[in-house]
Amino acid sequence: MSDTILNIENITKSFPRVVANKKVTFDIKKNAVHAILGENGAGKSTLVKILYGLLEPDEGNIKLNNKDFKVNSPAEARKQGIGMVFQHFSLFDSLSVKENLILGIDEKMSYSDLEDKLENISSRYNLPLDLDAPITALSAGEKQRVEIVRILLQDPQILIMDEPTSVLTPQEVESLFVTLNALVKEGRTILYITHKLEEVISICDTVTIMRSGEIIDTSSTSNQTAKTLATNMLGQKLDDLKTNYGHIKDEVNFEVKNISCDFNDPFLTDLKNISFQVRVGEIYGIAGVAGNGQSELMDILTGENINIKSGSITFDSKKIEKYGPQKRRDLSISFVPENRLGHSAVPELSLSENILLSQFPKNNFIKNGIILKNNVDDFANNVINEFNVITPGNDAKASSLSGGNLQKYVIGREISSKPKILIISHPTWGIDAGAEHSIRESLIELSQNGTSIIVISQDLDELIEITHKISVIYDGKLSKPFRTNEVEIEKLGLLMGGKNE
Amino acid sequence: MNSLFPSIVSRSQSSGLMNFFVPIISIVLTLITGSIIFILLGFDPVYALYTFFISPISSTYGISELFVKATPLALIAIGLSYCFKNNIYNIGAEGQLTMGAIFGGGIGILFHDTNAFWLLPLMIFAGAIGGALWGLIPAILKTKFNTNEILTSLMLVYVALFILDYLVVGPWKDPFGYSFPKSRPFSESGRMPLLFDGLRVHFGLIITLFLIFVSWFIFSKTIFGFQLKVSGYSPKAARYAGFNQTTLVFFAFAICGAFAGIAGLAEVSGPIGLLYRDISPNYGFTAIIVAFLGRLHPIGIIFASLVIALTYLGAEDAQLFLQIPSAVGFIFQGLVLFYLLGAELLINYKLTYKKLL
Repeated sequence: MSDTILNIENITKSFPRVVANKKVTFDIKKNAVHAILGENGAGKSTLVKILYGLLEPDEGNIKLNNKDFKVNSPAEARKQGIGMVFQHFSLFDSLSVKENLILGIDEKMSYSDLEDKLENISSRYNLPLDLDAPITALSAGEKQRVEIVRILLQDPQILIMDEPTSVLTPQEVESLFVTLNALVKEGRTILYITHKLEEVISICDTVTIMRSGEIIDTSSTSNQTAKTLATNMLGQKLDDLKTNYGHIKDEVNFEVKNISCDFNDPFLTDLKNISFQVRVGEIYGIAGVAGNGQSELMDILTGENINIKSGSITFDSKKIEKYGPQKRRDLSISFVPENRLGHSAVPELSLSENILLSQFPKNNFIKNGIILKNNVDDFANNVINEFNVITPGNDAKASSLSGGNLQKYVIGREISSKPKILIISHPTWGIDAGAEHSIRESLIELSQNGTSIIVISQDLDELIEITHKISVIYDGKLSKPFRTNEVEIEKLGLLMGGKNE
Repeated sequence: MNSLFPSIVSRSQSSGLMNFFVPIISIVLTLITGSIIFILLGFDPVYALYTFFISPISSTYGISELFVKATPLALIAIGLSYCFKNNIYNIGAEGQLTMGAIFGGGIGILFHDTNAFWLLPLMIFAGAIGGALWGLIPAILKTKFNTNEILTSLMLVYVALFILDYLVVGPWKDPFGYSFPKSRPFSESGRMPLLFDGLRVHFGLIITLFLIFVSWFIFSKTIFGFQLKVSGYSPKAARYAGFNQTTLVFFAFAICGAFAGIAGLAEVSGPIGLLYRDISPNYGFTAIIVAFLGRLHPIGIIFASLVIALTYLGAEDAQLFLQIPSAVGFIFQGLVLFYLLGAELLINYKLTYKKLL
């Protein structure tokens, strides 16, 4: 009955600086929902992209129904019976549902045949659709239905779903699960990519857990609890902490109170009643899996978005929630958003010019609207020397630096002005180990000199290494804070997976 | 086996040197293609190219004419670079030019029998205001209603042209003009002074060079120029820096409109001397090519304006001596733009042939 449909053997895929899949080996059984669970960057996406013909593996074989399976494009993968529904939809907004479906079909089909087929699919799998509605008028759940129907028209044996519930309401999730069950009953196989523990337990039969590109475990979900899944997903984290709490003053200088924000956008997470306090010299960490409201929260902390629904931000007893970025910098608040290229730095500009993106009152960069180039260059050289940025000089374009060097430069720029508080998102994302180490060191040193720091990061190891307090953001809600030296990793893992006890 | 059609793949690094050579390569390719077109039309390509590009500027008068044509092109193009650097696609400079001519020319008509030193400065000022106001309309629509400035600025060109049309056949018609659709001539002090006796090159050239110098200073030395650039490269970084992007859009449109307006006024108070229907042979559109050919750089724009001005003169000579329609000038302008955009694409992307299995 439940024989294997897909054998994945020793798949390895490397990118510059990172091995995304290391000898990945596991089998997927026919007629089941098979989950792949892992943190961001665990290698899930790379693996499914290989299956769907979007990436070519460096090594390893895949067998579909015991026959060698090798595809170079999604069209070939679909021909062989593998379909995929992406997290971000690829639909033409101005066209109708029917037109979108026609465009997605690889082979020729008459209009009436198509309508019959659609009728059949809609009723069989609980996928009601208004064929003449334009895509713009649909909710995220309905758009996803169109995507699923489009794939089902090709009659796939295996359906890959990438984080399918991330854009859905709870009701839509329910209805998706009904559809998935109907598909499995018919003998199809679902490969379900997720980081949500609850979903793995409730609808998946088997689960493969990935961490840092490797397979940790493949087993039946009936043997697993949310706790065991969380532990396996996160692994054994460092527990000999050297975090020093001695220098922290018992004085709150940054307080976020009941911040809520609605976006009306399925790809953004609404923020719900977020509150936290940071004391002088404290490093406060915000953990969580990507897409749970981190970038939305970051925009509100930096002042890039001041359209909040309710709540307040207080810094040094001033209400600053309506201040834009420059007004916040004037109060000695400094920020480093997640994305270096095009957000905290402009790749096309020189290192010197990039200094001017972030000006503090005591920087003497501009007089009567004219740039004082010597002062800017001196500042840039200073950052380059002090933070060991490897570059030919301050006139090198930011794009010519490696990720780690540019990040050191950006963080150096912010730290050099000795801010009272530094708000930083994903400080060591995508950079080499050497730069990672030196950035963490400089953050710790900065806090010991009395700067408060807020770190938003998906990298739990990093937060545990450098923070004093930590809380978890999930679905736009922030958990209560824990002292980093006392909290159990398991507890954080459960919160990250949306399980609150 | 390779696939028949290449696919376009992004280059990891674009060559700075090639970046510099793009305009030159485009011009060379344009000349080659032009020769082929001339051959196909049955002309000796050397003679045709000579007629087109050399003979127009082989006299002092010809060189003066080159500067007469290059003046509005360069002035509008430098104004457009404020917008283009900020990634705003204002293609309505022709309308802003027309509005400048209407505002400034209106003053000239009002004071047609006044001779005073203040008249020309007032007309220039009014021209700048007219152009700037016309430029601000798409700026308001873009920032308040998120409309696409390409469409609105283009449509406003035709509105401005119709307003001019109405004025010169209606209220501003010359009472002694035998019903021709033109206005009274401006008084002597409402005219751009000529720089040399007997040549048409006028004071507008000096204004243009001055504004190009000012723009060079703004682009390279001031924080405002820096903000325009950052906001063009990356709106997110501009937001992070706390630059007010709405203000930047307004300034870019207003400056561009003002420059185009001055160019329009300089045309009507320079070579023309009154208002009538066809004050501009599409300078406002052609200046877009000049701006890109000059890589949005002040020095580049000076050279580009001369090259493109030459296509106007060449087209006239080609019509005269080769009996080819003067539209051939537009063909050359189109070719330059085509090769420019193509070369630009190939700097940042390369063509690869995918292996099929």
